[in-house]
Amino acid sequence: MSRDEPLVLGIETSCDETGVGLVRGTTLLGESLASSAPEHARFGGVVPEVASRAHLEAMVPTITRACEDAGVVLRDVDAVAVTAGPGLAGALLVGVAAAKALALTLDVPIYGVNHLAAHVAVDQLQHGPLPEPTLALLVSGGHSSLLLVPDVTSDVRQLGASIDDAAGEAFDKVARLLGMPFPGGPYVDRAAREGDAAYVEFPRGLTSQRDMSRHRFDFSFSGLKTAVARWVETREAAGQPVPVADVAASFQEAVVDVLTRKALLACREHSVDHLVIGGGVAANSRLRALAEERCRAAGVTLRVPRPALCTDNGAMVAALGAELIARGRTPSALSLPADSALPVTDVTAPS
Amino acid sequence: MLLLALDTSSAAITAAVHDGREVVGEATRVDARAHGERLAPVIAQVLAQAGVRPAELTVIAVGVGPGPFTGLRVGLVTARTMAYALGIQAYGVCSLDALAWQARGDGTVAGGPFAVATDARRREVYLAQYDSDGVRRDRPDVLRPADVAEAVRTGPVVGEGAARYPEWFTDARAPRLVGGAALASYAVEALAGDARGAGRGLGEPVPMYLRRPDVSPAGARKRVLPETPVASGGRS
Repeated sequence: MSRDEPLVLGIETSCDETGVGLVRGTTLLGESLASSAPEHARFGGVVPEVASRAHLEAMVPTITRACEDAGVVLRDVDAVAVTAGPGLAGALLVGVAAAKALALTLDVPIYGVNHLAAHVAVDQLQHGPLPEPTLALLVSGGHSSLLLVPDVTSDVRQLGASIDDAAGEAFDKVARLLGMPFPGGPYVDRAAREGDAAYVEFPRGLTSQRDMSRHRFDFSFSGLKTAVARWVETREAAGQPVPVADVAASFQEAVVDVLTRKALLACREHSVDHLVIGGGVAANSRLRALAEERCRAAGVTLRVPRPALCTDNGAMVAALGAELIARGRTPSALSLPADSALPVTDVTAPS
Repeated sequence: MLLLALDTSSAAITAAVHDGREVVGEATRVDARAHGERLAPVIAQVLAQAGVRPAELTVIAVGVGPGPFTGLRVGLVTARTMAYALGIQAYGVCSLDALAWQARGDGTVAGGPFAVATDARRREVYLAQYDSDGVRRDRPDVLRPADVAEAVRTGPVVGEGAARYPEWFTDARAPRLVGGAALASYAVEALAGDARGAGRGLGEPVPMYLRRPDVSPAGARKRVLPETPVASGGRS
């Protein structure tokens, strides 16, 4: 780390986590995270207005704790980066407004950045500079995308994405079906460790020959979720017990099988020998294990950041901001909009 | 004193700088769907107009609504974050009080009691009543125009809410939207301890939502299979 590299403060508020991180170059100096997840639990999903209210209350305390964690004071900050989209409109707006307030007050540049590109860039904080191009699999409650990334600051191409539910969403819905709390990912993961992944052969969405020509790198998890529901309800109607661990393991296997199969196929067809996995579902132990196994067999280097960097956080936004500065990209204007549907190909928000 | 005032509780995005004697900069944009885009440039504009650097500000006053949530939060998070970064205090002002102050200053409501009604969308208004000294009588409320007491809605009513529903508010008065200058001078008066005729004074920069989020707890899980009668003693 060079003291000459700018100190970037990153803000993330695209969903239910208020994240602030401080990065110099590719070094994470400190971060803080506040989550409104417990407030959403009884609604079975993230409630946008509840999340937005929580962001407002958490913003200044989270900035304060992140600066303390990094051992810096705000006037040391050289630039501010913020998630401009995609995400929940009202939630994004709180972070964008806070970032503008900081940029205006500290008289520093602001970078409105793409949440998905930030999920890729964050890996630099753990594993060093990204190889170019990089293949990235982003899987969370809101996204399931396969990206070809020649340059994370200017050239991100979407090879495919979920055409219905995101992978994490499927985990949440199946968890609910199995009587587990929200968010369901960690509970399914834990239950599945005791289960037989071959107990039920659940469908692998968009893998038939026909689908592989039209939706080669796309995903679909809605049919899988319904298949699990049908299976469970049929059991219940017959008065038989539901083998929760086996169902969890079989469902999870269907998800991670398709994710890793298509990711490795993309690596092969695009001649990329690195795969980065990010997003909350990257914390899933079976996804990590199967990705490792298949990457090793294919001679692909797998890079998965530690779980706290995979889930939404402020450090990832600061990491992308720092890279944008290192590559001399133009900052955003103070009028930059929050864009809930910001295309993945827009690394920075248009001003 | 150098006070920055801002409000995003209505369709107006407005800010002003007050030096303790007078307003030295004011700017307003009306764009109900662009609070997030407009506010920071509006603040930059009033600071430039006043020849004030952000670091010179000594206090911030922000309208806390009531107002549509998404826009309202833009002003609040901006005020809180700026105040934190500058190490100064941010105060909250009920936006209806600022509008009441503005109306009294403009002379549109002279002497007697009056009300302020702003647009709450969903065919409702945010409403507060003021006595003849301009002091607010009670907490603001959110309600349908038809549910406002007849004596109130047929008397002088200031604000966009009154203008929008003339069939109910028969004596609508200007101004329609709160302006930064009025908010600033209201806050300066209140800070000087002379809150007479200034609604209820200053508070914390905490939003007045008045409505709960539109949600209901998750019910029983949705079934995918049709319910089929079970032969004996099962669920039907």
